[in-house]
Amino acid sequence: MRLTQGTFSFLPDLTDTQIKAQVEYCLAKGWAVSIEYTDDPHPRNTYWEMYGNPMFDLKDAAGVMTEVNACRKAFPNHYVKLNAFDSTHGWEALRLSFIVNRPKVEPGFELRREEGAGRIQRYSTRSYATARPEGERYS
Amino acid sequence: MANDPADRYRAGVMKYAQMGYWQPDYQPKETDVLALFRITPQEGVDPEEAAAAVAGESSTATWTVVWTDRLTACDMYRAKAYRVDPVPGTPGQYFAYIAYDIDLFEAGSIANLTASIIGNVFGFKPLKALRLEDMRLPIAYVKTFQGPATGIVVERERLDKFGRPLLGATVKPKLGLSGKNYGRVVYEALKGGLDFTKDDENINSQPFMHWRDRFLYCMEAVNRAQAATGEIKGTYLNITAGTMEDMYERAEFAKELGSTIVMIDLVIGYTAIQSMAKWARRNDMILHLHRAGHSTYTRQKTHGISFRVISKWMRLSGVDHIHAGTIVGKLEGDPNSVQGFYDILREENNPVNLERGIFFEQDWGGLRGVMPVASGGIHAGQMHQLLHYLGDDVVLQFGGGTIGHPMGIQAGATANRVALEAMVLARNEGRDIWNEGPAILANAAKSCAPLKAALDTWGEVTFDYASTDTLDFVPTPTAA
Repeated sequence: MRLTQGTFSFLPDLTDTQIKAQVEYCLAKGWAVSIEYTDDPHPRNTYWEMYGNPMFDLKDAAGVMTEVNACRKAFPNHYVKLNAFDSTHGWEALRLSFIVNRPKVEPGFELRREEGAGRIQRYSTRSYATARPEGERYS
Repeated sequence: MANDPADRYRAGVMKYAQMGYWQPDYQPKETDVLALFRITPQEGVDPEEAAAAVAGESSTATWTVVWTDRLTACDMYRAKAYRVDPVPGTPGQYFAYIAYDIDLFEAGSIANLTASIIGNVFGFKPLKALRLEDMRLPIAYVKTFQGPATGIVVERERLDKFGRPLLGATVKPKLGLSGKNYGRVVYEALKGGLDFTKDDENINSQPFMHWRDRFLYCMEAVNRAQAATGEIKGTYLNITAGTMEDMYERAEFAKELGSTIVMIDLVIGYTAIQSMAKWARRNDMILHLHRAGHSTYTRQKTHGISFRVISKWMRLSGVDHIHAGTIVGKLEGDPNSVQGFYDILREENNPVNLERGIFFEQDWGGLRGVMPVASGGIHAGQMHQLLHYLGDDVVLQFGGGTIGHPMGIQAGATANRVALEAMVLARNEGRDIWNEGPAILANAAKSCAPLKAALDTWGEVTFDYASTDTLDFVPTPTAA
């Protein structure tokens, strides 16, 4: 399967030139870019690991790309995403978030069920990869 | 106004203007509720008297003088018409500005607010027609309302979806599908790439599909699609019913099944909407509102209530989503008016913007934003126009444009998602999507057969009719 979280997952994987253009858009808006990675892509896994703090003071897209590439190099078989944070009053949340690296093989999720009364199903979604310990998945 | 109280309160009939409801020198207070009405007086009724009558009949007046006014601080309780302007280019119609003291209204009650402002006055004989065009709610009054249960930002955080409009589809045909077949449409559309599917406004609990069946099959579809994509998915389960007790029962069942969102129709009434908004806040549920019935009073320019006022009332009431127009689709929607509705729903503060029909500055006092929903006759080929007019914080709903796709429902959903992501990517890259939109779509379609098929099927479909609810204003001259 292909994990379709993030703003551009239905497009072919973005090239570095395309990623850089998005970073430039974010910086021009005054948003702080940050990088996160995980090997637990469950849709409710809100807290991916932070690859450093948000780059509040970095105004140069090339500098952001250096960080993106360093994170990809450190975690070549993890999901890596690039976020843009807008601290404007009333928003104070992400404005853009898209995947910039993904594992070579994405085994996807199992839908588990527990049958209840009146045909009610208790669903739970489990990533096949998370059967193994953190850091040893997708290897 | 008659100055001597003995004259003013002598028994008998007196013009509304003389009773104190026309005060051209009145300076509205920060805490006043302001209303702008479009009035069409009967022949021989002068516009100031008509405006005063509207002020009177929507506040303290009755048709004759009553001495019991003198037992009250009646000068304060009386609404004041303070300005009347001819409607530009429309003889016989006037814009009347009326101020109401905040003490006339119960805190946190749309029912009470509307019982005054639109209670009796629309049937008043000296007027041929009346329309409530806009309102300013003072921040002191705004703060007595809960506002959206979830709001745009928190909805995005819960769904983990940023940087693009959300995508939805209304299940079609709107009536007749069994629960099992209905859930099939939901599954295919969500798996194919949509974020949401939606019950239609008149899907409640009918002989062909009872509500519990629909909820069970839909949640099977949602969970299957979620596992297939690794994305949060939702389906607006319509909990509209004949009584509040039934609505609460349906809402609780939706929650028990793990739905992220429930849906109500505007026709359930203001109090029911506020109740469900409180329930939604209490139960971490997104609340979708379908504006069923609104065109009966929003569409004609001389009569009823503008949808910008309904938008304000619904933001106060606490819904998270509201259908607010597509501009390019099959339903009524003048571009400037619709963009005005979107501003009212989404912005923290609305400056006066006559070009978009906004007559008053409105401070929303930290009330969360409502996500507008664009639904009705839109398709992937219009993606550049939709993004241009409506921006990112909107749910674009392609019902026929998903389910009617020649390669199937999943393909229809994929076509819409690819078209959307390609357009957002291009816009962020600085491209001129208004002009280059068709080329951007054609290029994206090279690696996406479903998008190519969608463009081939609907690319040329437009709904190019004159709008009924257009704006009447004189553009402010700008220095050359």
